[in-house]
This record gives sequence, structure tokens and C-alpha cells, in this order.
Amino acid sequence: MSASGLSEPVTQTPPSPPEFPGEPIRGPRALDDSWSRFWHLAYNIARSEFKLKFFGSALGYLWQVVRPLLLFGVLYVFFVEIFHVDKAKGAAAEFYGAQLLGSIVLFTFFGEATGGAVRSVVDRENLVRKIQFPRLAIPISVVLLALFNLALNLVVVMIFAVLAGVRPMLSWLELPLIILMLTVLGTGVAMLLSALFVRFRDISPIWEVFSQILFYASPVILPAETVREKLAHGSTDQFLYHLYTLNPLVAIFQQFRHAMINHSVLSAGQLLGSWAALLEPLALVAAIFVVGFWVFNRAAPHIAEDL
Amino acid sequence: MQGRPALAAQGVHKRFSIPEERSHTLKERALHPLRRSRHEELHALKDVSFAIEPGEFFGIVGRNGSGKSTLLKCLAGIYRADEGKIWCNGRMSTFIELGVGFNPDLAAYENVALNGIMLGLSPREARSRYERVIEFAELEEFQDLKLKNYSSGMHVRLAFSVAIQVDADILLIDEVLAVGDAAFQQKCFDVFNRMREEGRTIVFVTHDMGAVTRFCHRAMLLERGKMVGIGDPRDIADRYLEIAFGREVGYEDPDVGSARMGDGAARVSEVWLGEDPTEHRAVAPQSEPLTLKALIGFHKQLHDPAVSLTLLNEHRQPVVVATTAEDLEQTGGFRPGEWAVVAFSFHNMLAPGRYHSILTITHRGEGLDIIDRFAGGLSFVVSGLTSSGGMVEIPVETEVTRWGHDRPGEVARTGEPR
Repeated sequence: MSASGLSEPVTQTPPSPPEFPGEPIRGPRALDDSWSRFWHLAYNIARSEFKLKFFGSALGYLWQVVRPLLLFGVLYVFFVEIFHVDKAKGAAAEFYGAQLLGSIVLFTFFGEATGGAVRSVVDRENLVRKIQFPRLAIPISVVLLALFNLALNLVVVMIFAVLAGVRPMLSWLELPLIILMLTVLGTGVAMLLSALFVRFRDISPIWEVFSQILFYASPVILPAETVREKLAHGSTDQFLYHLYTLNPLVAIFQQFRHAMINHSVLSAGQLLGSWAALLEPLALVAAIFVVGFWVFNRAAPHIAEDL
Repeated sequence: MQGRPALAAQGVHKRFSIPEERSHTLKERALHPLRRSRHEELHALKDVSFAIEPGEFFGIVGRNGSGKSTLLKCLAGIYRADEGKIWCNGRMSTFIELGVGFNPDLAAYENVALNGIMLGLSPREARSRYERVIEFAELEEFQDLKLKNYSSGMHVRLAFSVAIQVDADILLIDEVLAVGDAAFQQKCFDVFNRMREEGRTIVFVTHDMGAVTRFCHRAMLLERGKMVGIGDPRDIADRYLEIAFGREVGYEDPDVGSARMGDGAARVSEVWLGEDPTEHRAVAPQSEPLTLKALIGFHKQLHDPAVSLTLLNEHRQPVVVATTAEDLEQTGGFRPGEWAVVAFSFHNMLAPGRYHSILTITHRGEGLDIIDRFAGGLSFVVSGLTSSGGMVEIPVETEVTRWGHDRPGEVARTGEPR
């Protein structure tokens, strides 16, 4: 009868560890042992997000292309036709429209990769709480999706540039390197933000404001040459200019404008004074990536509990 | 793999810190830097160790909040154990919190593919299994719908179907039987049986003791994060029922109520199970003699009052009605101030579950003249392992006779099988 069972001692011998190697279960991690699973996962999440985003809208994917073009139209009319920000620069001002559009598209990528990553882990709560999978697949999928959009937008940019009169150049081969830098930066920030947002919900508005600042502090509308000219005198100016060039987006966008659109535009190295000076923003990119991964990796085991 | 457990845990502890006021914003952090220390610690798992052999069907039972699901999540690698170690041998698939986390805006195909990959399949494998998944879930007609248009039952069917189609060696299942209709439950049982035969390892969290005793080779009982028993599923199920129901002796069902009726010439003052009222028994084991007694105090002179007992099940259906008027036509005369104990004894063939008593004292005669009606005086649980689904568990003998090829109608006419 059942009542007698209560007082019985627990008769269970725990497994002896030396005889039981097995595969240890360490709990959730940022990455797991299988890279192929990680990539399949990140790619397929990005793929389904892509489908979702444009499902049910009549123009579908066109919107992805139209949005930066609309922004370009507004900025072009406002800053070029009314304020003539391009006029002072002589040869560097040539193909300003293509430069502007290129920078907008690059910044759109950065904005999508980082802004989209902020809520990404929290929004996939139902996955995180129910399945063991490499957690990093989520922010990486956001970056992949943004990268896919970037690729299609760059096609539009290059068509625009060629129509405007830009001739093919050997320096176009620099494009993969430029995109790589931007992707590494975007991935680092995406990892950092998505992990921090789980515990600090005000990361979201903070980052919105911060990326607005970055938009104006990067050579999108205002050419970097203009900034350099304006900040050429005195030690305060020098400090501010140094701060300006520390932003990795400055070097990346500038090199894009130089290599892809117009050689009269200063290259990133020329803008910073020397190629060696480029090490500064590059080191910052590497640091952001490393810190981003470190923070995410540390948060990964506990994301399911902290949600 | 030979000789190694499929899944083993040693000294596993899991603690959650629950902040009393969660500071989610940086401003709160900045203004109250010391507030962080104010949190409660919930020790969800305390030193849990066990080993599950390959091919074993293992049940984890326990009350709500006993740590079952936390343990399963630690085993699945969704939570990291704070202390202790967990090992596994073989591919694992999980069905936790009613599903594998679908995206409501996508159709079944996308979701199945994505979740298959999450559970460890390659994209090609995941897509090739879609047909089987949808077939098992019986959702062929609905496969083009977005998942947000699915009913919750359809969701669960699809999720469970994915979880069992990934060819895992070890399957962790949390509460699949709590949802879904009877037909789907039966289907789950069929799957369990098949997997058992195939020698897969299944770890199964449930409240359904019938399922535990029916399928599990072994079971484990958790109570407040501690493992209080492991072994034969029948023993574990018994102990679970005692822990789950035995403590709530004073439990009173609000629906049955304690509103009293009658003229008050006599009053039922106490109702209990067994011989001794001080034992406060609240569990009546199935297939054993059951005695229920009531103490009655008389306030007026009464001749041959009849006392009747009604036992209601959880659904307020009267399952047993018994009265002294049948056996003892003459109960005798009672004077004011006298006491009497009435006993009702029968062989307990009730289905497992909770029962409530109603005792009624009536004047001799047609039984409509109520002296006292006392509902909710006793509520008890029938613990048992056989749950056929009927309201009572009557021992039924069955027999199958071969009749040959003739229609039964022919046979009935001739009276004899040919």
C-alpha cells in the first residue's frame, strides 16, 4: 500500500563519473561545436524573415530598394539643390549624387544590422526558451538579412553611378574589403546590443538616438573634405577632427566614395593623413567585434532565464 | 555506447535569482546602485542525480513548482546547471513548453523546416521530412495557413510531430498529454509504444499517473527541487498522489459548499475515512475496502431516522448513493443529547480522482423530510493505477470465442457456432 513508500530512503546510486564520459551538456552557448548547423540556422532564420518582411505587400521587394532611393531624393533636393553642400569641392564634387546614394545604402545596412539586432533575441523568446541552439545564430541572421539587402541595393547604386557617368575602375575590386569591414563592425555592434538589451531595455531608445548621431557624423551628406577644412585650425579643432576620423564609418564610407565613384575624392588614408593612421579605426572595429562577442558569449547561457 | 547511460545527471543544482523590483533601465541602476542585492533566490533543483539507461522510458513526476520542467530544461541544455554535471549519449530532441517555438506569420512548411534545423537536422533532411510531419499531425488540409490561424491544438500537434520526426535517440517531452483531444492523446500513446519498442530513450514529464504506470520503466518523484524517490513507476505514482492530495486534508470544495438544510433535529458533526477520526485520512486506495463514518448528534427525540451518503466526483456527478433505509429499516430511537456513529463500508471500485461527501439525515418515510444535509464534510482522493476512463473500476471478465465464418445473426438463430 502506498503509505509505506513515503519513509523509504532514496535508493539510487549516482553514476560514477570516470566511467561515464559521454557528451557533457553544458547548457546554452553562443556557438556550438557544429559550424554547419550554425550557418544553416542563421541562414534559414534570415531567409524566413526575408519572406515575412515582404509577404502581403504588393510591391514586395521593391520597397527595400525604393526606401533608400526616397531618402536619397529628399536629401539630394534639400542639401544639393538648396544648400549646395557639394559646390565648394571642385573635382571631388563630381558624381556627388552617386556618392550620396552609396553612403545612404551603406548606412542603411549598418542601421538594419544593428537596429534590427537590438530586439532580435528578445523577440525570439519562444525559440530561446524552448530549444537548445547556438544563440549567436539570432543576431547573425539579422546581419545576414541586412547583407542580402545591401547586395541588392548596391546593384542599384552602381547602375545609378554608371548612368551618371562613372566609368568602371580597377579600384572597384576593393568593394569586398570595404563591405567586409562594415560587416565586421555591424556584427560586433549587433552582438553587443542584442545581448545587452535582454537585461537593459533602454538600449533600444539609446541606440536609436546614437545611430541618428552617427548618420550625421559620417560622410553621408556632408563630404569629409568639408569637415576637414572646417576643423583645420587650433588644437580643439584638431581634437574634434581626430574624434571624427575615429568613427570607423568615416573611413569605410570615404573609401567607398573614393574607390567606387570618384578618385578625386580623398581616400580614407589621405583623409586621415597616412595609411598608418587607418589602424586606429580598424583597431576600433576589431575591438568592438571582440567585445561584442565576449559580451554575447557571457550572456548566452542565461538568456533563457533573463528574458 | 554499450554500457553507458543515455542520459545522466550528477549533483545538479539550479538556482534562479528573482529580483524583487527588477531594475530594467539604466536610470534605475544609476539612481539605486545598491538595489541589485535585493533579490530572492529560488533554489529550483537541489542535488539531483540519476542515470537513465538507453531504451528506458523514464517518467518525471511532481507537483507544480517542484522543479520538473527546470530539470528537463537543464537536460535539454536550455538552462545551464549551476552545479553538477549532465551527460548524454546520442542525439536529443525536445518538446518543451508545448512546442518548438513557431513563427506565427509563417506557414507550416517554413516552420517545420526551421525547427527541424534547430533540432539538429540538415536543411535537406528537414525539408524531406515535412510530408511525414504534416501527415502525423493530420494537418494536410491546413498546411497553407499561417500558423497564427491554427488552433492551439493544431499547434501542439505540429510541434510534437516535428519533435518525434527528427530521429533522435533521446526524446525529452514535457506535458504533451495535457493538451490535445482524446484522439491525439491516443496517437501519442501509440508513438510512445512504438518508440519503446524501437529502444529509444524517452524522458517524460507529466501529471498523468495513468500514463506513467502504463509506459514508464522507471519514474522519479521531485518535491521542492529534491528527488524524493526513484524506481518502480507504481510506487512513485502512489507517492505522488499522496504528496499531491494527502496534505490538503481540510480542503473544501466551494461548489459543494457547506450550506446546511433541514430542521436541525439532528446534526452531522464530523465525517471521516477509516476507523479513527484523528488520523485525518484523505486518501483511499483503490481495490481495497473503504469505510466512511459520520458522527451524528441528536437535539430532539427521533425515531428511525435514515442516514444517506452521496459521493460526488470532480464533475459533481453522484457516483455512489447509499442509505441506511435499505439495510436497517429500524435505526432505533434517539434522545436529545445522544450521539451515534454511522458507518458506510464498501469495496473501493471508484476511479482515481477526488470525491466529495454529502450526508443527509431524513425522517422515516419517503425521504424528502430533511433533518440535516451536510455537504463538503469530507473530501478525499482515490489513489489508484487503473484508470480505464469509466466512473468506476468494476472488475470485468472478458472472453473471446472464435465463431468461424458465419454471420453472428445465423449463429444466433441456430444457437451454436459451426
